[in-house]
Amino acid sequence: MGATIVEKIFSMKCKKEVCAGDVVMAPVDNAMIHDITGPLAIRKFYEMGGKQVHSPERVTMLFDHQIPADSIGAAENHVYMRNFAKEQGIYNYDLREGVCHQVTMEMGKAAPGEIVVGADSHTCMYGAGGAFATGIGSTDMGFALKFGALYFRVPETIRVTANGSFQKRVGPKDLILSVAADIGADGATYKAIEFTGNTMKAMNMSGRMTCCNMAIEMGAKAGIVPPDTITWDYISRLRNIVPFPLESDNNASFIGERTYNVTNLSPQVAEPHNVDLGVDVAKVAGTTIDQVFIGSCTNGRFEDFVEVAEVLGNRNFSDNVRVIIIPASRQEYLKTLRAGLIERFVTAGALVEAPCCGPCMGGAFGLLAPGEVSLSTSNRNFKGRQGSTGASVYLCSPATAAASGIYGEITDPREVE
Amino acid sequence: MRVWKFGDNIDTDAIIPGRFLTIYDPRELAKHAFEGIRDEFSSEVKTGDIIVAGKNFGCGSSREHAPIALKGAGITMVIAESFARIFYRNAINVGLLPVVCDEAGSIIEGNSVMVDLTGGYLIVEGEKLPIEPIPDFLMRIINSGGLVEYAREFEEVPVCIASHQ
Repeated sequence: MGATIVEKIFSMKCKKEVCAGDVVMAPVDNAMIHDITGPLAIRKFYEMGGKQVHSPERVTMLFDHQIPADSIGAAENHVYMRNFAKEQGIYNYDLREGVCHQVTMEMGKAAPGEIVVGADSHTCMYGAGGAFATGIGSTDMGFALKFGALYFRVPETIRVTANGSFQKRVGPKDLILSVAADIGADGATYKAIEFTGNTMKAMNMSGRMTCCNMAIEMGAKAGIVPPDTITWDYISRLRNIVPFPLESDNNASFIGERTYNVTNLSPQVAEPHNVDLGVDVAKVAGTTIDQVFIGSCTNGRFEDFVEVAEVLGNRNFSDNVRVIIIPASRQEYLKTLRAGLIERFVTAGALVEAPCCGPCMGGAFGLLAPGEVSLSTSNRNFKGRQGSTGASVYLCSPATAAASGIYGEITDPREVE
Repeated sequence: MRVWKFGDNIDTDAIIPGRFLTIYDPRELAKHAFEGIRDEFSSEVKTGDIIVAGKNFGCGSSREHAPIALKGAGITMVIAESFARIFYRNAINVGLLPVVCDEAGSIIEGNSVMVDLTGGYLIVEGEKLPIEPIPDFLMRIINSGGLVEYAREFEEVPVCIASHQ
């Protein structure tokens, strides 16, 4: 029996052949902590009797959820983490770089074949870089900080194959929303999702990150795209690394296989209040919206903003909509700025904020009042996620968000000239 | 002992909204558990109460504040048809017992519920309902009193294959 890419990664790291169902204590190549879950992880580290972090150079620390500090409590958390970084010799990106997952990728902290954990559920995004990456809680993170290793149950894999070329203004977010609607919010619980097929092979890193980011929305432990030239080119620019073959064997055992053809895929919108409620945009077109959020680790990259700018053209956003645009990182912000897009967005009436989680976090700013409706390129539309439990959040692609921002109602981006 | 019933896909934003995540004290967090979703929960919940839910309990964020808030409220056990992965592990780590029971839907508010982990069943009004066994490595953590207590016992861990489930 052959092995899946995930089984191969764990076998390499444990230096023994392991397969799905095995529980292993595996070394962690990188551990990411941020300002929400980090303080608790540090407390747990100390409670476990931790004195010195196992490998401080393998810890990525930054602040993104509540920056600049939105409350005294947040400011205190930041101070607590800064002091810990200083004490332990951990490099702290602090609030300078942006959203944790984007920054981890940009800094080359997740490479093919590595095991990466993050105290945040969307850590699964690093599978776009060919790593096995999974979100963990703070106590598990305290353990990883103390021991440099963690218990994992090697997951079974569902293989998702996407073939075909997207229509204009349809893209990775539409694909992953349709996959989530098909597999369901718990359809991949405890499992890994491997994304393959010619659509994935043609997809850039930004799109692959969007897809892997949302693996958790199906309950998955990890999402992963087998590394190819696109992956190795990306990671080789960030660190010294020699490419090696890493993919599932032809005779590997998958617990599920799904095949999609994206050729006729329409723009997708997930209706409130669950991510797996994706429908064709036509079904919800015309829904009045109060706020549009374009950003987050899911869709806050330069490629996303190019899409927004193309749909926007020389138009302005509707006066009846608050459009909040937040690049996912300083680097993505700079690329967008240098391309002249930030000026275009501000001219069109958008609020452009500095890199952070923004309204997706549902606490810092951009909150919704009861009865309000938000359209968001982020990853979750749970009740209360972006403010009042009486508000509604719809999820969509950057193109759909831009088109809808222009007209003040959910709009098919293909219909915008 | 009271049973609090919830439906499918109860997410961590529902259990504890994002705006309370600067709080770490279990009792303070408990004051905001299910705020806006089930407002009477925080004022009426009592030590020893149990949550019974449908599928995918605790989906969403990795915030450990969620199981901590429930534990702080006095909840000792969450019984569900299934759990989201991160919540399940977090719950065990902080000492809140997650129990997977296919027939959780048959339990109603007002039922008396007890668990027998070694026997592998719940006793609901005198009737036995089978539960999914908890993997060995997680039972060791439960028996230690949580992952913190477990981790205090040693200074380093060998990279190894622990078991096959």
